[in-house]
Amino acid sequence: MKIGIPRALLYFKYEKLWTTFFDETGIEYIVSPETDKDILTAGERLAIDETCLPTKLLLGHIEWLIGKCDYIFVPRIHYSNGYDMCTKFLAVLDLVINTFRDRDVKFLYYNVYDKKPFRERKAFYKMGKFLKIKRSQIKFAYIMGRQAQMYYDMFRYDEQEKQLNTTKNKVLVVAHSYNIGDGYVGGVVVDTIKKLGCVPIMAEYANASECIKASLNVSRTLPWAYNKHLLGAIELYKDKVDGIILFTTFPCGTDSMVNEMIVRKYKDKPIVTLTADTQNGTAGIETRLESFVDIINFKKGR
Amino acid sequence: MDKKNVVCFPQFANYACAFRYMFEKGFEVDYLVPPTMTKRTLELGSKHSPDYVCAPFKLCLGCYIEALEAGATCLMQIFGACRLNYYGELSEQILKDLGYEFKMFNMVEINWHSASSIMEHFRIVNPDVSVVKVAAAIPTMLKIIQTVDKFDDFIRHNVGFEVNIGDFEDVYAEFLSKLNKLESKKELKKLTREYWKKLNKIPVKKPSKTLKVGMVGDYYTVQEPFSNYFMERELAKMGMEIYRKMNFTSTIIHSQFAKRTKLAKKYIKFNIGATSNYTIGEAVEFAKNGVDGIIQVKSFGCTPEIDAMPILQNISRDYKIPILHFSFDSQTSETGVRTRLEAFYDMVEAKKSK
Repeated sequence: MKIGIPRALLYFKYEKLWTTFFDETGIEYIVSPETDKDILTAGERLAIDETCLPTKLLLGHIEWLIGKCDYIFVPRIHYSNGYDMCTKFLAVLDLVINTFRDRDVKFLYYNVYDKKPFRERKAFYKMGKFLKIKRSQIKFAYIMGRQAQMYYDMFRYDEQEKQLNTTKNKVLVVAHSYNIGDGYVGGVVVDTIKKLGCVPIMAEYANASECIKASLNVSRTLPWAYNKHLLGAIELYKDKVDGIILFTTFPCGTDSMVNEMIVRKYKDKPIVTLTADTQNGTAGIETRLESFVDIINFKKGR
Repeated sequence: MDKKNVVCFPQFANYACAFRYMFEKGFEVDYLVPPTMTKRTLELGSKHSPDYVCAPFKLCLGCYIEALEAGATCLMQIFGACRLNYYGELSEQILKDLGYEFKMFNMVEINWHSASSIMEHFRIVNPDVSVVKVAAAIPTMLKIIQTVDKFDDFIRHNVGFEVNIGDFEDVYAEFLSKLNKLESKKELKKLTREYWKKLNKIPVKKPSKTLKVGMVGDYYTVQEPFSNYFMERELAKMGMEIYRKMNFTSTIIHSQFAKRTKLAKKYIKFNIGATSNYTIGEAVEFAKNGVDGIIQVKSFGCTPEIDAMPILQNISRDYKIPILHFSFDSQTSETGVRTRLEAFYDMVEAKKSK
């Protein structure tokens, strides 16, 4: 049996957990390649026009995987860290099942449907049972996967903390992991910042539980876990960075409101909002980042 | 002594009379029935809102501004399952930045498991609130909502076939204005009986075979006529019989969620967020009951409804039923909507007469 993992959406959040789990249980898997123009076009063709860019990419990656594996891995996650997720993640499984209804594609999933502790582990047990793996082996593989993910996150966090001590300009990149992690979509932002001699600090790499705690000081009723994480990261890093970049894709439902809130709450920091679309060339983003760095330098009096 | 608060909730279908009863009899404060929505409301709302937030937010914000201009001092916002949960805090922030002074009764903030939290937030509305009176007003409020829904449903099925155009609207407007001065439950019973008789007496000329069309869509857009460009009225003018299951009664008072999810089981395994399960369940029910066409109305960028669209297209293929998708934003033109509706009507009619 061979599992296909699309390199889109939650892959960028749970990469190590998933790959370690399948490695430890001895199941063969294949990850779709980095996004390119063909995958994006395929996704665009399959999706409804108004769908957000990450979902279009997911459909494109699934299209690439069809015929190369037996099952395609698309989990459904309702809650993360005890808070709601964007409704996209609730619907994503049913969405792909309905989109590929006539194509004889089988999907593998685990379903985190409530806030209870250990729900994720139980969901993995259920998925393992479906794959006919022994319970003890699932437990071991899940714990290994969680640890791998944890150490990976901690490693990223520590590396980033070291970079905060540089004298170069530091800009905080506030973007969802599936936007900034995808080289085809968010690569241009990180590359341009580095090219302009600044250090990109990823809001995504900050510690999730600390960030969520910090976000409560800024916004009391923000419902979405990932946006809480990003907002909290701004609150924690605001004194250590020189500017904030809000990078979002069109038309992201949650970002549309939260970014407005961020712009209204942090008035003393230079903030730029960049929106990626399926049509975008890189020139527009580069020009705006250049002038943004100019503003930072001007403010610093250099 | 402080002056009484003037509470306001944005225009939402015809439910203002129910909210008014709740606040005036239960919380013992004044209630401002929000000024009727106009183009200005939408313009004001869009001007101060983020770019691609959904249209209901823009309408609510515009409505808040107009209500504050008309003298409201306390704004209310409810909770839901989608972006609605963040409406309250963001609109509060935007309005405060604009320089308005008001109190916000934001239901998202209430922890419904804790009595002290509930009381704390109720005291925002009225510092000397009496829980007994609030509790006593709730059944009547629910009764008003059910009555309004019952009347709405009846009118929706018949308004396209009235002999003297405007009869239904006149009687209904009179009924609503009486409801806005309601004093007690007894009076409600009397009024309902009186106007239900009046409605049934209106001459209607219904052909034996009519074109039936079902409406599904996101919670606000499908229920508030202004936000869907008075689509029901346009459809009625063409002589269609309109069916719509989504209202307060079927979602909050007698929740049909389990029933709709069961109907939708063939297409969706899980809860796919907000009102999408209702949308799909209703569409399946309409298709099974032999409706001639289905119209989905939603605001631009409404994530749950976008997720429902591929599924609706599958339903359309399976049951051989046409589905028309409408996506409304602050820029949609009325003529464009009408043209598409006319084309849809022609198609449905041609399909039926075949």
